[in-house]
Amino acid sequence: MCRLFAVTSNEPLSPMVAIRALDVMKEGHDGSGVGLFLTDLGGEFENFKQQPILSGIFSSEGIKALDRFMMDLDFMVKYKLSFRPTRPTPVGTPKRDNYVIRVYEYPADWEELSPAEIQFRLMMVQLQLRQIGEKDKSMLIFSFWPDCIMIKEVGDPLTVAGYLGLDRKELAARTILSQGRQNTNYAIDIYACHPFFLQGIATMTNGENTAFVPIRQFLMSRNFPGYIGYQSDSEVFTHILHYMHSKLGLGVEMYKHIITPLKDAELLRHPDGAWLKQLKQSCRPLIIDGPNCVIGCLPDKSLFMVQDSKKLRPGVVGGKPGVFAFSSEMCGLDAAIPERYINLDYQPMKYETVLIRKERQEIEKWNQWDALRHLN
Amino acid sequence: MEPMGCLAPSELSVKDLPWQIHWSKDKCTLCGHCTAVCPVRAIELGVHRKRALTVPLNLGEKPGNLFSVFHGIDQRTDPAHACVGCGMCTLVCPNGAIIPVHTDEIDKLRFHVNVNGEARRRGGRRNSSDSLLDKIKFVRISMLTDPALDAGRHEFELRTLLGRVLPPEEMLRVSRENGWMPPVREIYPLIIGGMSFGALSPSMWEGLQLGVSYLNEEMNMPVRISTGEGGCPPRLLKSRFLQYVILQIASGYFGWDEIIHNLPLMKEDPCAIEIKYGQGAKPGDGGLLMWYKVNKLIAAIRGVPQGINLPSPPTHQTKYSIEEAVAKMIQSMSMAWGFRVPVYPKISATSTAMAVLNNLTRNPYAAGLAIDGEDGGTGAAYHVSMNSMGHPIASNLRDAYLTLVKIGKQNELPLLAGGGFGKNGNLAANAAALIMLGASGVQTGKYIMQAAAGCLGSESDRCNICNIGLCPKGITSQDPRLDRRLDPEKVAQRLVDVFLSFDTELKKIVAPLGRSTSLPIGMSDALGIADADAAKRLNINYVL
Ligand code: SF4
Ligand code: SF4
Repeated sequence: MCRLFAVTSNEPLSPMVAIRALDVMKEGHDGSGVGLFLTDLGGEFENFKQQPILSGIFSSEGIKALDRFMMDLDFMVKYKLSFRPTRPTPVGTPKRDNYVIRVYEYPADWEELSPAEIQFRLMMVQLQLRQIGEKDKSMLIFSFWPDCIMIKEVGDPLTVAGYLGLDRKELAARTILSQGRQNTNYAIDIYACHPFFLQGIATMTNGENTAFVPIRQFLMSRNFPGYIGYQSDSEVFTHILHYMHSKLGLGVEMYKHIITPLKDAELLRHPDGAWLKQLKQSCRPLIIDGPNCVIGCLPDKSLFMVQDSKKLRPGVVGGKPGVFAFSSEMCGLDAAIPERYINLDYQPMKYETVLIRKERQEIEKWNQWDALRHLN
Repeated sequence: MEPMGCLAPSELSVKDLPWQIHWSKDKCTLCGHCTAVCPVRAIELGVHRKRALTVPLNLGEKPGNLFSVFHGIDQRTDPAHACVGCGMCTLVCPNGAIIPVHTDEIDKLRFHVNVNGEARRRGGRRNSSDSLLDKIKFVRISMLTDPALDAGRHEFELRTLLGRVLPPEEMLRVSRENGWMPPVREIYPLIIGGMSFGALSPSMWEGLQLGVSYLNEEMNMPVRISTGEGGCPPRLLKSRFLQYVILQIASGYFGWDEIIHNLPLMKEDPCAIEIKYGQGAKPGDGGLLMWYKVNKLIAAIRGVPQGINLPSPPTHQTKYSIEEAVAKMIQSMSMAWGFRVPVYPKISATSTAMAVLNNLTRNPYAAGLAIDGEDGGTGAAYHVSMNSMGHPIASNLRDAYLTLVKIGKQNELPLLAGGGFGKNGNLAANAAALIMLGASGVQTGKYIMQAAAGCLGSESDRCNICNIGLCPKGITSQDPRLDRRLDPEKVAQRLVDVFLSFDTELKKIVAPLGRSTSLPIGMSDALGIADADAAKRLNINYVL
């Protein structure tokens, strides 16, 4: 089973905080991959909050193609952080030419565009680059979005972090999602590595979702170009959240109601049962069949955790005002925030959603049995 | 043999028949049970003369003949009385003295069942036990990050939806604006397919309705039953049990006078209205209730004179085209119940089904589509229609599902599949395969007749005389002497057995696949077949 760790803190943290927590939980992952999502950035990136950041891995040819492509679109590089590892490649990690994190200046003619149009175009640029890279394996693109960085690689998290030098001071973030991967079902593919990202939304998951194929079919038939990929059955969690958030305009408290709706008999007893039943019917193809623990980050930088409704995966949240962490194992949490009030540690159960807002003051809890605010 | 040594072309011997009666003189006590029970009077008491040669040992006496008479069973050979292999004689024989045996080669009778130029008609199904669904296996076993579920211990949500389901965006808009939300029923995915009151005997109908009510009210299983074309007894129309019934309307509109008259008296809405355009067993052909079965009761419910053949036209005659028919009928039926009842068409599987489907996707009142495959059964049809017309269900259903996926409406328009699943007894496995190919629910009639009432029909053309009202089990007859062989309560009990065991088996299939929170509609990654062409056609795994 994969190990998950996420942290959100008022003070920017080095990604090494997450990497070390993953290392403590090492028994649970087999070094088949590590993935990092950094947002609400600190360090050097504090100066570029609005500009889109491209994260990916490029061959030397890929870099040239990238430059040509971005230049044609009139994107100018404003700042870049490239790692070209000089140390020998760790066992199991492929040799790469360039790990790229680049901040771009928007093209001049994008200035007039609406935020929605900009967001759509950013996604399309990411998808086009990914497509170009897929042909000759010259590019692997993880994200292209303001205030977001993603790093993914095959190998043991601590070794890869050392190899890439992730402890550099330029790299810091207030919100970090990380996964140490245990590859169980599918071939090792870096695009299968969590967290997954789409238009400011990122999630990572533990466990297996056996309803994957019909969910994928449903998402792919929504006519939205971003719903592609699916090298991992967990990518649908990101896209369901995205669909709910940006297509249906529903808040995160509805996520559970969509992926793990209450049973028919339970809905009869819910204050908003009639409405929820209709929602359940309309969203029937999005019902997951876990066990899964999902940790995600919303565009407003709040972090949340939910469980499936039948066989929970481990997942705990704890911390103190200013800093909170989500971890698939208690030891990960202990390693990251040893000086917290452990009495307030919380393990969400089958009906719950826990959320830490950007202010990082408290653990907010929702229960599926609660009356729905937006209806009442 | 005719005088002068002539033979009529249709003169057959017992050897030429599909079924030969083996009878044991030693065991038979001449009780007469078998000849009395035989539905087609294929056997009769025979008086046989026997000659024995007596050869005395002493030379003084001459050898001579000893003539004796014995009584036994004779099998008749004229086509009208050819044994149908039902085995009722075996069932009633107290001594195990008689049994029909299937011929070892293709019979000769088949060339002669067209006396007076009348092509053969019969009940039953296509005579082929071949089943693609039986070859589909469930290959995706969940065991690593998702340990398999325990079918006996975990909770399973195995219900399905019947009705037009709005896409999420639309549902939210309609609910915000307080608009019309199409009716959707949450039902059990195994539906009892349309078998009419008339095709079935009153005992059988009563038994099925009784069983369905029990399943709903005592077992908490929302099982639904379609009436078939033939109306519905007024008492049922006015009872609360109507909510478990899908009323079928077909091209003959039989029974609909009664239904319309009772509309104001209904306490509950029916589950749904099924508009039958076609039937898998005899696609392109209308319903047929032969005169033998049109007695006083049936005539009253259907609003017709007694003792006449009741053929329904192949199409709905009042309408100009299928598109128009579908749109108008759906509209008027919806209107009749104030848009509170889902209305969907049922068609026979055909290579042109996608045209109908596409049409329905654009009709906001269409509540689903039922597709009936070539292996479906019928109470009466031409033999040639049953054997040679039609389209297999698996690929037709799959095409329909993938067509919906392409336009993103796979959840909006539920597909019901029927026709031949469970034909070899594997009801749950075949049903699960259809669901994973994309069916929201499955409809069966034949299996229910076999399991709940002991129908004797088979794919080897056994019995299959449902059309002439002589059903030896009292399932499809209208003769009170035959009906009373069937005890409605026992049918109900067996129906409950069937659904409970089906439920267990369905759980035994979905649990190892790691599925329990919703019916695995379209979970084609779980399916595999050892036939590369079939795998490619159905877009499922090819496994060896
Ligand atoms: S098997 Fe049926 S049809 Fe044949 S002789 Fe026996 S009772 Fe009659
Ligand atoms: S037993 Fe009755 S219903 Fe079954 S095949 Fe024979 S006649 Fe038809």
